[in-house]
Amino acid sequence: MSVTDLIALSAREAAEQIRHGHVSSGELFEAYRTRALADAEAGEQGLNAYTWIAPEAPADAPAKEAPLGGVPLAVKDLFCTEGIPSQSGSKILEGYRPPYTAHVVEQLEAAGSTILGKTNQDEFAMGSSNENSAFGPARNPWDLARVPGGSSGGSAAAVAAGLAPWALGTDTGGSIRQPAALCGIVGLKPTYGSVSRYGMIAFASSLDQAGPFARDVTDAALLYKHMVGRDARDSTSLQHPDEIALPKGVDLKGIRLGVPEELTGEGVESGVREAFNATLALAEQLGATVETTHLPHAPHALSAYYLIAPAEASSNLARFDGVRYGLRVEADELLEMYLKTRAEGFGPEVKRRIMLGTYALSSGYYDAYYGRAQKVRTKIAEDFRAAFERFDFVVTPTAPTVAFRLGEKTADPLEMYLQDFCTVPMSLAGIPAISIPNGLSDGLPVGFQIAGPAFSENRLLDAAYVLEQALGFDGSAPRRNGGAA
Amino acid sequence: MSRELSAVLDHIEKIGELDLDDVPATSHVVDVVNALRPDEPRPSLRREQALANAPEVVDDGFGVPSPGAS
Repeated sequence: MSVTDLIALSAREAAEQIRHGHVSSGELFEAYRTRALADAEAGEQGLNAYTWIAPEAPADAPAKEAPLGGVPLAVKDLFCTEGIPSQSGSKILEGYRPPYTAHVVEQLEAAGSTILGKTNQDEFAMGSSNENSAFGPARNPWDLARVPGGSSGGSAAAVAAGLAPWALGTDTGGSIRQPAALCGIVGLKPTYGSVSRYGMIAFASSLDQAGPFARDVTDAALLYKHMVGRDARDSTSLQHPDEIALPKGVDLKGIRLGVPEELTGEGVESGVREAFNATLALAEQLGATVETTHLPHAPHALSAYYLIAPAEASSNLARFDGVRYGLRVEADELLEMYLKTRAEGFGPEVKRRIMLGTYALSSGYYDAYYGRAQKVRTKIAEDFRAAFERFDFVVTPTAPTVAFRLGEKTADPLEMYLQDFCTVPMSLAGIPAISIPNGLSDGLPVGFQIAGPAFSENRLLDAAYVLEQALGFDGSAPRRNGGAA
Repeated sequence: MSRELSAVLDHIEKIGELDLDDVPATSHVVDVVNALRPDEPRPSLRREQALANAPEVVDDGFGVPSPGAS
């Protein structure tokens, strides 16, 4: 099979082909690896999607009967992978090669996947454009002058451009859903706790959750199916009550969709809103009922998020001190060594958030900031619970805009934070949400977000699948152009 | 950077407008209570694995510059 034909297969189709002996897993690995390398060599004409690419296909090919049949996987840099660089996009972890592998990666390898490479990201997952990376920005395969979104920008760009069949990302406030939307692919942020966080370099532990990037909903379901499970090494992980199934819906009869006014009005650009409204009309044609609803506290979600996440980050990032791993800037005296190491090792956005977080937690401000933010979090979860008494799902645009230009928002952090306006509320509530491609606006992808109650992934994937089939989005353009290829 | 942080704080301070007096704080969104395990010794990283990434190793431990005399 030619490289073009191999790349055209979805992950599930590729696994089938391997199982039937039409394709070998080594051949598939090599096809993707060659494209990833070509892109990396293209410099500014490429996507800068990878921070590390496997030097060769694994010597022991996975059994072709394995559920994931040897289909390779791109893994966000922040997942620890034994002996393979894992820096979470930061200079402070320069040279770090973890002595162990993240639970979810281990589980996917056991199911028959292999690591194709590690992907670019915003430093410690802090960002919405992938511009805060020690490896330089990743670029959007639909337009190289634009960002792929973030923080999991490398994973999204790699999948959209056919440099990987699928990929792992993490989502703290939108870091899977927003880049999936901006790159025209599918991204699922699962229910908090359904996937173990063991081996993920932590950003904000009460929010961080791993999830799949895929070209279609079926591939996302297949990957997620093998990610879930209780893990004793992450005491916040839980057994998913359902076996994750591949989606099979044919219509949306009886499905009630709630459209929260607070997340679909002001701030959403017109092209994105038009695409959103067109898909609501399509959902009605497919049998769904669509009604306006309210999440009264959603407008405050971003404020609560930018207190809670930096507060947790300021604690989590205290471990980077130049003693046990990564960068050390030498100095004669210990305190000076800490200061110099952190000054040089952390980028500006990470420093901003550490300062914001320590401020929010400081004595005298704790109650007014962190304490209040945790109460807002309670109200947001209550808003969703109330909505799910009347609706099966809440739907919004994933991001308020299409992919913006590199450098466009770097001067104004608040402007960048507003990218997560529609995705942060679900993160605070711990509920699952998926972004699916919702056509193009001015030639750039738009995302449609569907959120459901905790552990409703099977129903969520079914609904997303029905819409995906009806929308018939063609995401093949950036794969043909293949970044640089 | 102080100007940027001020702009972010101005936005964040909007939560001061809400009446939250009787609202309980959420620290964790999932229904898990006290995940416990038996207190039994288990294998962990070997010393050489734990030290493999250290910028400086001294006498089988992490090496650091002097804390300094003050």
